[in-house]
Amino acid sequence: MNIVVCVKYVPDAQAERTFNASDNTTDRDNVDGLLSELDEYAVEEALKIVEAGEGEVTVLTVGPAQAADAIKKALQMGAHKGVHVDDDAIHGSDAVATSLVLAEAIKKIGNEAPVDLVVTGMASTDGTMGVVPTMLAERLGLPAVTFASELTIDGGAGGTATIHRDGDASTQTITATLPALVSVTDQINEPRYPSFKGIMAAKKKPVEKWALADLGIDPSQVGLDAAWTKVEAFAARPPRSQGEIVPDEGDGGRKLAAFLTEHKFV
Amino acid sequence: MFELSQDHEDFRAVVRDFAENEVAPNIAKWDAASYFPTDLVPKMGELGLFGLVVPEEYGGAGESGDFTSLCVAIEELGRVDQSIGITLSAGVGLGINPILTYGTEEQKQRFLPDLVAGRTLAGFGLTEPEAGSDAAASRTRAVRDGDEWVIDGAKAFITNSGTEITSVVTVTARTGTTAAGAPEISAIMVPAGTPGFIVEPAYHKLGWHVSDTHGLTFEACRVPIDNMLGEPGQGFKQFLKTLDDGRIAISALAVGCAQACLELATDYAKTRIAFGRPIGVNQGVSFQLADLAVMVEGARLLTYKAAWLKDELHAGRRSVAEVKHAASIAKLYSTEAAVSATRIATQVFGGNGFMEEYPVARFYRDAKILEIGEGTSEVQRMLIARGLGLPA
Ligand SMILES: Cc1cc2nc3c(=O)[nH]c(=O)nc-3n(C[C@H](O)[C@H](O)[C@H](O)COP(=O)(O)OP(=O)(O)OC[C@H]3O[C@@H](n4cnc5c(N)ncnc54)[C@H](O)[C@@H]3O)c2cc1C
Repeated sequence: MNIVVCVKYVPDAQAERTFNASDNTTDRDNVDGLLSELDEYAVEEALKIVEAGEGEVTVLTVGPAQAADAIKKALQMGAHKGVHVDDDAIHGSDAVATSLVLAEAIKKIGNEAPVDLVVTGMASTDGTMGVVPTMLAERLGLPAVTFASELTIDGGAGGTATIHRDGDASTQTITATLPALVSVTDQINEPRYPSFKGIMAAKKKPVEKWALADLGIDPSQVGLDAAWTKVEAFAARPPRSQGEIVPDEGDGGRKLAAFLTEHKFV
Repeated sequence: MFELSQDHEDFRAVVRDFAENEVAPNIAKWDAASYFPTDLVPKMGELGLFGLVVPEEYGGAGESGDFTSLCVAIEELGRVDQSIGITLSAGVGLGINPILTYGTEEQKQRFLPDLVAGRTLAGFGLTEPEAGSDAAASRTRAVRDGDEWVIDGAKAFITNSGTEITSVVTVTARTGTTAAGAPEISAIMVPAGTPGFIVEPAYHKLGWHVSDTHGLTFEACRVPIDNMLGEPGQGFKQFLKTLDDGRIAISALAVGCAQACLELATDYAKTRIAFGRPIGVNQGVSFQLADLAVMVEGARLLTYKAAWLKDELHAGRRSVAEVKHAASIAKLYSTEAAVSATRIATQVFGGNGFMEEYPVARFYRDAKILEIGEGTSEVQRMLIARGLGLPA
């Protein structure tokens, strides 16, 4: 079972995040970055699958030099090898271009041994668009089973992937034949912390570095200029406004219930 | 020389993440209830924290681990909570270390794999109600009866001795008299649940509420003679040797405490407004924080210098005497710095610093024991003075 997990290096959501004033892209220099927390679930799920059976987990990231840290973390958790696509031309790429680079990288990984499963997080914690997994599946011609809160692999490499996808009112059970792409939610597992041994072992694991030329991608297909979407302007969020006070005129309970249903808290 | 390796820093990042996610959100609640979080121990085991100085055959890190890594882990846990830090420090230094250093292969196989995995904990009982700094005054006795030791006596303040997962406590006991008439003290392993091994109710402590501490009573407690750890009559000497490591570990715990105080107090001084300005603009406040920063730096350097010496000793490149001296110096300075740090931090927090809602209050209560456990400040001064060649 060969699994590729796509991971993203994102600015730490705990820190004060901002944009570059020059081109409205995410500021990655002045904020500490890390492996997107939502992608840790994808890494964990892939590790669980190979630990229960056999196989190898390759982590793939597209990002600047610092993104090597995201790969390192996944390798510390237990992934077997890493692929880092880094090319200055990629800066400012949108989801469409990112999915192109990921797809070509996965094809290249597949040249060595066929990829049976691609696992991704449900969205990045910086862009939070959540569209890359579907675009990627489309480009690779794979069935996309997304937002999995549970994943079961039956029959190994040539078998099936069955997921649970939780909706507001129902849970769908969906089965896809492998190879397939699965995106997972933060409900699917509890990502492990890297162990001391994992940290030491990660140092010896192979990481390939590829540029666009290695993937046969023309630089004009990616980057800010090729983007279908662009951040036009950004502004700091206004400070939180004061909460609403509900005066109780004998109907306080009713008003509170109405508030809760209106905002879909219940 | 003046920074830890990238491996140590990578490991620090993981332990910090663990402490902030698994400990920080629960600690106030655990502390208020004096609750020992048994479930946390195997999680610490999965991280590899108990195996950093243990060979691979018992589940440890083997050659890739070192004592410095253990200090990093203790510092980072201690930065979030001191009780969790001491649970690790004592778990390794007092629980695992004596068995690893003096145990027979059979004893090691029996206890170490579970201890390293965090499935069990072990304690070491040296202190008695009437023998602390003067540990040689031990009164607990073990008398041989056939192929058993019969133990009678009492131990005081024993860490990790009464948890649900405590598997064994090693105790020092008089097993005879030397030719010169001095008491012969040996170390004997007493498995939890042995009849006559009574774990007294937990103490009501000023601090370290989340750490497990009990008095132990032994009433005609019988264990097989094979439970002796190391050589007969060597119990005291063995224990003193174990203490050097423990002192450096306590020093690391103190660094975590002082570091937490520095971070908490600096943040507070930037945001707390009095007289229309952040309190940190006043030199009365900022100079104290500057002093605190110096203490943290000094404590950290002394601690990791001692840890480095310990690792060098392990590699055969340094002498025991050098490590002992450095360990006492680090322990003395760091623990006193930590106590000062908590005093400064609570002062910066004003009335809030006296409230349990603010972690500085917990650190204030927790710090004091650092100057007492594993050799008081006075004992460290005695040892340092002796190292200077002054008459004992
Ligand atoms: C929370 C906690 C956990 C502990 N865990 C353990 C454990 O796991 N295992 C264990 O064996 N012990 C443990 N201890 C015991 C601890 O190590 C002792 O309390 C400590 O060594 C001091 O001994 P004492 O309490 O008997 O004090 P004493 O020895 O009675 O000392 C009282 C005071 O006199 C001073 N003093 C004594 N002799 C001299 C001298 N010659 N010159 C100058 N001053 C002197 C001391 O420095 C101290 O200030 C623990 C204690 C606590 C509080």
